[in-house]
Amino acid sequence: MKQVFRRTLAAMAASTIVTGAFVLSTSPALAQGKVLKFVQNGNLTILDPIWTTAYVTRNHGYFVYDTLFASDENNAVKPQMVDKYEVSPDKLTWTFTLRDGLEWHDGKPVTSEDCIASIKRWGARDAMGQKLMDFVKEMKPVNDKTFQMVLKEPYGLVLDSLGKPSSQVPFMMPKKVAETDPFKQIDSQIGSGPFIYVNAESKPGEKHVYIKNPKYKPRAEPASGLSGGKVVKVDRVEIIEMPDTQQQVNAIIAGEIDLIEQPPHDLIPILKKDKGVKLVDWNPLGHQFIIRFNHLVKPFDNPKVRQAALLAMRQEDYLKATVGEPEYYKVCSAAFVCGTPNAFDAPNGLLVKPDFEKAKALLKEAGYDGTPIVLMQSTTLPVLTNTAPVTKALLEQAGFKVDMQSMDWQTLVTRRTKKEPPAQGGWNVFHTFSVAADILNPISTSYMVAQGDKSWFGWPTDPVIEKLRDEYAKETDPVKNKALAKAVQDRALETAQYGWIGQWYGPGASRANISGWLKAPVPVMWNVEKK
Amino acid sequence: MLDFIARRLIAIIPVLAVVAVFVFLMLRLTPGDPAAVIAGDNATSDQIADIREKLGLNEPIWTQFAIWIGDIVQGKFGESYFFKKTVAELIAQRVEPTLALALCTLIFAVCVSVPIGVLAAYRQGTLFDRIVMGFSVLGFSVPGFVIGYCLIYVFAIELGWLPVQGYVRIGVNFWQFAERMVLPSLTLSVGFVALISRITRASVLEVLNEDYIRTARAKGLSNRVVLMRHALRNAAVPILTIIGLGIAILIGGAVVTESVFGLPGLGRLTVEAVLSRDFPTIQTVILLFSVVYVVINLLIDISYTLFDPRIRY
Repeated sequence: MKQVFRRTLAAMAASTIVTGAFVLSTSPALAQGKVLKFVQNGNLTILDPIWTTAYVTRNHGYFVYDTLFASDENNAVKPQMVDKYEVSPDKLTWTFTLRDGLEWHDGKPVTSEDCIASIKRWGARDAMGQKLMDFVKEMKPVNDKTFQMVLKEPYGLVLDSLGKPSSQVPFMMPKKVAETDPFKQIDSQIGSGPFIYVNAESKPGEKHVYIKNPKYKPRAEPASGLSGGKVVKVDRVEIIEMPDTQQQVNAIIAGEIDLIEQPPHDLIPILKKDKGVKLVDWNPLGHQFIIRFNHLVKPFDNPKVRQAALLAMRQEDYLKATVGEPEYYKVCSAAFVCGTPNAFDAPNGLLVKPDFEKAKALLKEAGYDGTPIVLMQSTTLPVLTNTAPVTKALLEQAGFKVDMQSMDWQTLVTRRTKKEPPAQGGWNVFHTFSVAADILNPISTSYMVAQGDKSWFGWPTDPVIEKLRDEYAKETDPVKNKALAKAVQDRALETAQYGWIGQWYGPGASRANISGWLKAPVPVMWNVEKK
Repeated sequence: MLDFIARRLIAIIPVLAVVAVFVFLMLRLTPGDPAAVIAGDNATSDQIADIREKLGLNEPIWTQFAIWIGDIVQGKFGESYFFKKTVAELIAQRVEPTLALALCTLIFAVCVSVPIGVLAAYRQGTLFDRIVMGFSVLGFSVPGFVIGYCLIYVFAIELGWLPVQGYVRIGVNFWQFAERMVLPSLTLSVGFVALISRITRASVLEVLNEDYIRTARAKGLSNRVVLMRHALRNAAVPILTIIGLGIAILIGGAVVTESVFGLPGLGRLTVEAVLSRDFPTIQTVILLFSVVYVVINLLIDISYTLFDPRIRY
């Protein structure tokens, strides 16, 4: 029997040796050359940046498509595909002329008609695009390279709209593609951007492959933000789908990937310790946390109850609970993001210093009957998970009764569409966050829309704020615009339309041999170099 | 035998019908709207309503079910809401990593667990036996993702012997494929080894006390022949049964292991589809898993005849 035992052990040892042999005989890493391996926050499943507002799809858009205008790193809008533009003295006719040599990936030239069709499709889906289209009387080609946009009345945000940096971006597509029903996905990935999408090599759930567009003609100016010369310095970019954040960190430390869009804050200390990895502050404006009330059902249909809730807010509590490191957050009571032209502090320390006594008094005055409010907590987006418990604690201090219900993000985004009371499957309050670039003015900030059913979830109605937003849209004087932005913010606080509860930042991570990651609201891969 | 196989294959139909109804209703009755997921965070209620309409999600639930079943019967598995690909294409793209992981795990687990189970039975009560039993308790108790992260830390991060993650198709580069299979297969096989070795030990122990084993020994047969030809062969039926049942563990384990090791297989596809409420993909993948489970267990049942001549169908 000892013989049997020995033979069995010998067989097991042999299989271990064979396993070990092939492990040791293989090289630890692939030869990568000028291939950038990039991991985004989330899987890229939808390839139509007009069909969805998902940020990963927006990122894909910046690889494949180009824009007429783009914002630089100071958020100033600069021509991109446009060579020159003119505005008539009455500010009603805008004439745009495209740069020479613009081509689609299939070799056909970019024409005015392509751009008009693209603007129309975007204008049917995006809130800022819809606003612009409300003012547009007609768009017509002058010749292959020039087209005109004729307005019904002057509109102050023509360039801001066409140079809108984040979801949904007015990307230019070939006319045939842009004529797709805005509520159906496009079939083609032909753009005129600095990268070409390689459909044959891309496998959803595994990787997406982009190669350098050899015919792309970058602008002469240096790259700045999303504008300037989009010079591609690698041959190929692979977006690797890796949903597990711990795995992302392990992979970049092992040198298997080059960049991570935004590792979670709790894993940043591990990355900081590794000499082969560096952290890159590519999105200096960061993000903003939001608290959103349902204006249609009790008790938040009453402005006094909403005001009481805002009086209980203390941004630092949220930021400490979610982000932790003060290096990556900022207490900021400005709706339109601190560090931008439209940044104004909220009065009386609102959102920063809570006043629980005043909140309790307001609740009493409003006749709040103690019915628990349903607070939806997302448990699958790590950065949002801790916001709801903080809200529960703060609101309870102010005299609310809170029923915090935990769910995955997809359940939350479904439930938030329900307008019924909580007892019938609805809700009272939830949290989300926004990329700062999406909320820099009263028009692009979807939370500021107060048109009832046409508003973002929560469906506030407020003719006053809508009038102010309209005035902002029509105003072409930047000084007056600033005053109007402040008036919108003040009104939003007065009616407690929603709450902005802290600004936070999430650096990207790259291998030490990577340079040139541009500061922009979107992680873009042109200008990025691999040594 | 052919009658048996035909009857079992026909029996798959009601099983799949029950699975289909169950999966369809479960998805429709749990919260989550694919249109809301597609539209993204900045979309309005109107935009979501438009997408729902285009996807046919406003149709009555039984109409949706009838359309889906009608398509399935015709061999059409529908199109993913998200990927702009048919579900069949998606599954074809994702099946290889899962198949590779399952096969490597199965081969490794059987090659390791059966010999150690047999030896543990033969050396019952010895240190070796206790180690094997201790390991099997540990293998059941420690979650797969913990084992996975530990293996990654030791073999990929600290020693740098193996890659942390990813998958290279076998046709592209065999060695890169193989090195990427080692850690996931080890991770997934720990629970499987624990299960099979324990069952093997118990089955062999039971057989070793049978009269015919005593007779075989009395005839003067060597221990190797007694153990391998008489004991193991007679203990094989419960071992095969547990391997068949263990396929469910493999499928469930693949979901976790593929996520931990970044393998683009069916397990991860299922997770992604569930999180995004991609109904056509979830429904088809679960039906596929059901078919695989039923067919493998049928094969296991047939294989009983190879080990036990008393079994006839």
